[in-house]
Amino acid sequence: MNANRYLLVFLVFILAACSRTSSGAAQPGAAVYIENKGSDTIVNLALAWAEEYQSNHADVRISVTGGGSGTGLAALINKTVGIANASRKIKTEEIDQAKANGIDPLEHIIAQDAIAVIVNPQNPVSQLTLQQISDIYSGKITNWTEVGGENRPIVRLSRETNSGTHVYFLENVLRLGQKDNKTLFSTDTLLLPSSEGIINEVRQNPNAIGYDGLGYVPKDLKMIAIAKQDGDSYVLPSIATVNDKTYPIARDLYMYTAGEPTGAIKDYLDWIMSPDAQAIVAKLGFVPVTP
Amino acid sequence: MESNLSWREYVITRAIRASGYSAVVFVALIFYFLLREGLPALTEVPLGDLFSLRWYPIEKYFGILPLITGSLIVTIGAGLVAVPFGVGTAIFISEIAPRWAREILKPLVELLGGLPSVVLGFLGILVLSPALREMLNLPTGLTALTGSLLLGGIAVPTIVSIAEDALDSVPRAYRDAALALGATRWQTIWRVTLPAAKSGVLTAIMLGVGRSIGETMTVMMVTGNAPVLAATPLALFSPVRTMTATIAAEMGEVASGSVHYHTLFFIGIILFLISLIVNITASSVVFQSKKRAERVLS
Repeated sequence: MNANRYLLVFLVFILAACSRTSSGAAQPGAAVYIENKGSDTIVNLALAWAEEYQSNHADVRISVTGGGSGTGLAALINKTVGIANASRKIKTEEIDQAKANGIDPLEHIIAQDAIAVIVNPQNPVSQLTLQQISDIYSGKITNWTEVGGENRPIVRLSRETNSGTHVYFLENVLRLGQKDNKTLFSTDTLLLPSSEGIINEVRQNPNAIGYDGLGYVPKDLKMIAIAKQDGDSYVLPSIATVNDKTYPIARDLYMYTAGEPTGAIKDYLDWIMSPDAQAIVAKLGFVPVTP
Repeated sequence: MESNLSWREYVITRAIRASGYSAVVFVALIFYFLLREGLPALTEVPLGDLFSLRWYPIEKYFGILPLITGSLIVTIGAGLVAVPFGVGTAIFISEIAPRWAREILKPLVELLGGLPSVVLGFLGILVLSPALREMLNLPTGLTALTGSLLLGGIAVPTIVSIAEDALDSVPRAYRDAALALGATRWQTIWRVTLPAAKSGVLTAIMLGVGRSIGETMTVMMVTGNAPVLAATPLALFSPVRTMTATIAAEMGEVASGSVHYHTLFFIGIILFLISLIVNITASSVVFQSKKRAERVLS
């Protein structure tokens, strides 16, 4: 009985391992192999790019994994990946570590992203100012009635601290982009390890407020229209409002390489900047960088 | 022939002894590594800050008290769920169920123990947490209670399997004697069989609780990970952040050698010490009970 059971578990693992490798990794005949890792915000976009690029370049294999911006940059610093995806700028301490390892990280802006603030469709609140969102997340506002909603407690959802989206949200929404502002997330903010976790909780919990990249918000959740200041008009996130800079929470997305890219990595990054690749950006709900 | 045999004997004895010592050596090495990476946290972070109430490492807040209380409350909750269920099931399988039911039940429970914890986590997110939120009218279903219930589910198979073995190894004669003296079935189980199997049952509980305090994936998915101090038992109904989830969520991105890195290892030391204390307490109880049993038998 026992032996059989272990055999079964073992076989399942083998199968899982096989299906993993056959989808993304290098095939024996492939000439060049690019490892691409980092931000969970970018992972779908990077996968779509990799698929499209590989269908036109049979000799190149690109393996894409997520894990967070910090994870990707750490892998670049440790020389285990060729390209790191990041939804935030590289930190000075990371640059220092990279230099200590003999790497000079080079930044490429590959797309733009808007961060949507999302609530359950049952929630009557549909617009907030940046200041109100900051007060909600810092714990000054704890009930939906204070921002014109029903009498319900507010459940704050955030990504974990290793997420580039978390850091961006802290700096540009909680602290309103002010350098000397030391506002912190309220301690009872739920830190969820994935975008999926946030979307799941918002979908089934009418008390919840969360945030996520525009490309990740499913149609059945409600996005909040945001005004930069009291008195400004409230703007819903969309490609148009990010491009004309009226939506206040938008950011650049990056890929980092170790020094000036060469060979296959250079060709790949050049292709990413082409209109073909940027069309995929728009298709996935992000905002293209080149006109 | 004779010399060949003694030579083989020599090799086998040495090999067994080496593998026995290797367990001790590995534990010692792991502990040394933990200390080497974790102790610098004590000098880099002032003690007052380390044992403060705010955990927000990217802004240099390294208060680990909320994490410790979070782990404790989830583990205690899991114990309250798993111990009665686990021991009860073990008693049912070993003492009450007919033979055919027992032959089906035990492998089934053990199969449950092989369930990956991430699967339980998914069940927790999709089924248990919404249900708890609506039943108990909580702000959110991602609470310590959700984690406790799932961890209880993870600990039950361990407890059942080992406790059942212990009950099973109590000699038939004990039960026959009790029944012959006119004890009811319940009296036999509660006063004779269970005390006789006490050390095995305690080992089962200890291993079960040990498994739940070290469990990571499930709690990370369902407890909400909010680093709030769990000061009262009521904290069971609000989100908490456990030590294991903190290490798992943050170790991947931390710069090696930084203050944050050392603090995460320091949390590892505390986890190690907690399981050490659980082990020592349990084994001392087991040891005591053995002496008493020996006294009775002599």
